[in-house]
Amino acid sequence: MAWFRKEKKPKEAVEKSTAIPEGLWVKCDDCKEIVYRKEVEQNLSVCPKCSYHFRLSARERFSMLFDDAQYKEFATNIKSGDPLEFKDTKRYRDRLKVYEARVGKGDAVLCAEGKLEGVNVVISAMEYAFMGGSMGSVVGEKLTLAAERALDKGEPLIIVSCSGGARMQEGILSLMQMAKISAALARLAEARLPYISVLTDPTTGGVTASYAMLGDLNIAEPKALIGFAGPRVIEQTIRQTLPEGFQRAEFLVEHGMVDLITHRAEMKATLGRFLRCFLAK
Amino acid sequence: MNGDPMQFEEPIVRLRRQIEELSAMEAEPARQAEIAELQQKLTKVSSEIYGNLTPWQKTLVARHPQRPYTLDFIALLFEEWSEIHGDRKFADDPAVVTGFARFRGQPCCVVGHQKGRNTKEKIFRNFGQPRPEGFRKALRAMKMAEKFHLPIFSFIDTQGAYPGVGAEERGQAEAIAVNLREMAALQTPLIVTVIGEGGSGGALALGVGDRVFMLEHAVYSVISPEGCAAILWKSAANAPDAAAAMKITAADLKKHGIIDEIVPEPAGGAHADPPHAAEILAPYLEKALKELQKTKGSLLPEERYKKFRKMGYFEK
Ligand SMILES: [Zn+2]
Repeated sequence: MAWFRKEKKPKEAVEKSTAIPEGLWVKCDDCKEIVYRKEVEQNLSVCPKCSYHFRLSARERFSMLFDDAQYKEFATNIKSGDPLEFKDTKRYRDRLKVYEARVGKGDAVLCAEGKLEGVNVVISAMEYAFMGGSMGSVVGEKLTLAAERALDKGEPLIIVSCSGGARMQEGILSLMQMAKISAALARLAEARLPYISVLTDPTTGGVTASYAMLGDLNIAEPKALIGFAGPRVIEQTIRQTLPEGFQRAEFLVEHGMVDLITHRAEMKATLGRFLRCFLAK
Repeated sequence: MNGDPMQFEEPIVRLRRQIEELSAMEAEPARQAEIAELQQKLTKVSSEIYGNLTPWQKTLVARHPQRPYTLDFIALLFEEWSEIHGDRKFADDPAVVTGFARFRGQPCCVVGHQKGRNTKEKIFRNFGQPRPEGFRKALRAMKMAEKFHLPIFSFIDTQGAYPGVGAEERGQAEAIAVNLREMAALQTPLIVTVIGEGGSGGALALGVGDRVFMLEHAVYSVISPEGCAAILWKSAANAPDAAAAMKITAADLKKHGIIDEIVPEPAGGAHADPPHAAEILAPYLEKALKELQKTKGSLLPEERYKKFRKMGYFEK
């Protein structure tokens, strides 16, 4: 047994509800330094050596963004079915059960409302630990409900993305969620309500190619992997190794796709400042 | 998956060859009768084989190099086609074609993915895989169509958006996302037909329509069967399994409420007789256009929203 647990891709891709592995010590994904777990947790789950932002669960994110960590969740009674009766090496239904038991019944996104620096706001945060944050019908429906709630109440919407993309096990139904959520965001835009997309590590595939890129502002956490095609797919296509920093948040700012990079410690204040400005408060 | 992937067509190919050989000979009544008989047999065998294609076989048919592409349908169904180029930002993308034309006399806009047939064309068309410029060009044309109150016909036929360094740098994801949002809000009729491969976000980026039709042997999926197999089965060789599991055929999509109608193909597939394939499609487009033109343009986004709002399956 090693005296720390390496963060490796688990075989079943089932991860704990936070991305920080158990154990006294953790190895940072980015700088590969071995750091004291407690120290990381006390530092908003940011690596004290290199500022890599570890993944957060949806509720950790809510606690960080809502005033006094007070919020009310909604759209909690929707769960994934198995419309295609999908089976690869395992049944989709069985996979879902494992994740529901381990992560919770909220599928890959939770929605909540409350106040952020005094501004009433709807926030949806993705749950990477639930099947890699993959977007199926439930994610699509919940995010659409979140946009519709923001529209009904005349409040701004924030979506914190953390996802590998569309959920293959729901096939074409997953793809159509991209159209559904984007259409809901079009209505929000028409009503001149702010929508801010917060992109965290990783945000790729169909999630990036729909709501994550459609913010009035796209705000990323440092070093987050953000892209459409996965780096491995690109490497196989072009048969070349990708340059250092490719598809990282800093690369996206350089190429004009992300408005700004904000450290987790500054995220709430930054969001609050923009929202008050846009709402002329 | 070994050998000729289209080997299921073998009996059809054999019959066609026999007919060709007999037709090349001197015409005499007995021979004519034999040809007629073979023709009948060909229709029957084609219908049988094409009536029972597996999802993977349909994928191969959808990718068939002789299958009619967007420009073929344009030539067969539209008049006065004038293509336009470029996204006015960076470049022109030949993997997407767009322009203006007339359909049954009615001025309209056409957008679609475009593949190439021979090696040179394939490279020029980037194998039908758009870069961001392609999506932005299409959106530019669609916005123009809205401005001039023209209906839009969209033809879907791509393996997917191109996964390359430049495409990522110039915002592949953003280009697709913006099309999804803007198409949802277009105040003009939008009629989509999946004619071949509907590959993921790159397909959907031209696919948010008031009516979505799908050719009988076309496929439409969230990821290619090979891509899905590589991730979930750890081997691209399981593509036929992934094709079956993902439910990618027109019948599946109809069942799940994703498409409005399945457009039948000629016996032996659209590639066996492209003009006939276009002839079968025409009345679907005509009917949809007539219906949609009854609704005021400004009310179409609401109807379109309701249509896509319903998509998905979950339990409460
Ligand atoms: Zn570090």
